[in-house]
Amino acid sequence: MADTPLIELIDIEKHFGSVIALAGVSLSVLPGECHCLLGDNGAGKSTFIKTMSGVHKPTRGTIRVDGKEVVFESPRDAMEMGIATVYQDLAMIPLMSVTRNFWMGREPKKRIGPFSFFDFKTANAVTMEEMRRMGIHLREPDQAVGTLSGGERQTVAIARAVYFGARVLILDEPTSALGVRQTSNVLATIDRVRKTGVGIVFITHNVRHAMAVGDRFTVLNRGKTLGTAKRGEISTEELQDMMAGGAELAELQSSLGGTV
Amino acid sequence: MSQGIEANNMAAQPGEDERVKRVSKLRKAMVRPELGAICGAIAVFIYFAFAAGDTGMFSAEGVMNWGVVSAQFAIIAVGACLLMIAGEFDLSVGSMIGFSGIVIALLSVHYGWPMWASILMAFAVALAIGALNGYIVITTRLPSFIVTLASLYILRGLTIYFSIATTRQTIIGGVREAAEGDWLAPLFGGKILKGLFTWLGEAGVIQTYAGGVRAGQPVVDGIPMLMVWALAFIIFGHILLTKTQFGNWIFASGGDAQAARNVGVPVNRVKILMFMLTAFCATVFATCQVMEFGSAAADRGLLKEFEAIIAVVIGGALLTGGYGSVIGAALGALIFGVVQQGLFFAGVESSLFRVFLGIILLLAVVLNTYIRRLITGER
Ligand SMILES: Nc1ncnc2c1ncn2[C@@H]1O[C@H](COP(=O)(O)OP(=O)(O)OP(=O)(O)O)[C@@H](O)[C@H]1O
Ligand SMILES: [Mg+2]
Repeated sequence: MADTPLIELIDIEKHFGSVIALAGVSLSVLPGECHCLLGDNGAGKSTFIKTMSGVHKPTRGTIRVDGKEVVFESPRDAMEMGIATVYQDLAMIPLMSVTRNFWMGREPKKRIGPFSFFDFKTANAVTMEEMRRMGIHLREPDQAVGTLSGGERQTVAIARAVYFGARVLILDEPTSALGVRQTSNVLATIDRVRKTGVGIVFITHNVRHAMAVGDRFTVLNRGKTLGTAKRGEISTEELQDMMAGGAELAELQSSLGGTV
Repeated sequence: MSQGIEANNMAAQPGEDERVKRVSKLRKAMVRPELGAICGAIAVFIYFAFAAGDTGMFSAEGVMNWGVVSAQFAIIAVGACLLMIAGEFDLSVGSMIGFSGIVIALLSVHYGWPMWASILMAFAVALAIGALNGYIVITTRLPSFIVTLASLYILRGLTIYFSIATTRQTIIGGVREAAEGDWLAPLFGGKILKGLFTWLGEAGVIQTYAGGVRAGQPVVDGIPMLMVWALAFIIFGHILLTKTQFGNWIFASGGDAQAARNVGVPVNRVKILMFMLTAFCATVFATCQVMEFGSAAADRGLLKEFEAIIAVVIGGALLTGGYGSVIGAALGALIFGVVQQGLFFAGVESSLFRVFLGIILLLAVVLNTYIRRLITGER
């Protein structure tokens, strides 16, 4: 492809003491693509995205952002480069309003004399508008996040990340706790965000969810990648087998043409 | 631009989506932290209007009586409220009241410091202890309940020890004399609007003494600074919590500290500052009390930490943090003051006040849990 990847991780290894959580994983994210990262429990998905978002420092390997090599010292570094992560359960505070959640940590301020106040008027208007763009119609911006469905909460978190300048959006199992309808809402949100040119890393162990929106698929198995496949090059069944690391493994490797 | 058009559409027909359930204005007005406290306050006033209406409870003097008590509760309740919303408790408030009082009296009376320096020193020490409480809670990750329970004992013990070691008694008098002519002391022990009350007395709006040395003076001769402090704390706390960025951080720190940290909220700083605020409130309480009584006693402030927490809970705050209201806490304090003094006016055995506290605490927690369920849809 002509585009330079937004972010590129090459041969990432991560050791926790004697545990080798990642043994050489590579992945790149292009603008406007949804890159699905699949794998069974304990495969190393969370460890990998934590490396990508600056939480862990890789034991070995290189990270490039816009083609330039970088080292993330903290999640802040990654955030400043536009790499945002939406964690499944640590994103929203249910008792707080949508607006308060949306702006948490970056509250817009207005000054009155020597004092500075939370500018609720601006905050509410922007929140309503951003939510509406994501297809969520709020009753009012001071509605508590707790009244939203799980899928809608994910969407608020995604909208927040995008509004604050995410170029790479990492979603850690956003659909794992959701029902069918809510899942389709989140998948629709992913599609919307992708169309704005943001690159998405979508972590899941549900192959059907991945097939619904994915442009490329990378499967992790016990800390190794079995290669990256493009949409149309691989079937649901094949992906499923790869995740399980089944008998057809050797056969599949040839069809992927990636490194094992 | 399409964005502009869309925005216009939205403004023209807000919420006209068929999926948006209409919620009645009434229910929206009801789902708020202060609901229980508002109803409670109204109920309490109605009750005492009947039970003690003819006892002078609602004369100028009577109002001042329960007003002062309510203001005392309110001062510590505001600190406890913001701290609880930030997700922590401070059980050392009562001990801190005793401690600060003794510090002021010891320094000014025993060591002969100027009153202003003694007061400032008490505040400095209190803020440091508050910060230490917070620091220990943050670094050990222990529940603040345990950490401040330790402070409760340590502070109370030190207060009695210092008092006895230096003066061989647990009550130190002579503070009023030491405060004579001081510039800072009136900020805690003085009264304001004296002229207005004299005028009201002369105009016959409020009663005046019929005889004695104070003949002709109004029975209420001004608003004590204690009440001014209480009002200032309530206004400050309410605005801070609901109208500022820091207020959002308080909610976020108590609602989910990890989620707040993830988006860059300085949770540790928020919590430590709130511990310092409760210590500050306790010291304001102590200073006002010392100035009023003219003495400090090592056992002052006993059980105040629990009364503060109860007022806050009556005010609708959740014990688990992240939700509550300063106005609610202030109403909780008002209910306290009115009932405590009202029982006295109504001639009811005053020990029943504790029974009342226990019952109303239970009711408040049940109501809060219910309101919480309404908000979160219990998912
Ligand atoms: N901080 C850590 N210290 C030691 N070992 C760790 C640490 N974090 C992860 N591991 C190990 O690394 C391996 C990969 O874990 P990881 O959480 O990345 O898996 P995952 O693919 O996200 O699984 P799941 O689907 O269950 O979320 C596991 O064997 C895990 O025990
Ligand atoms: Mg995981």
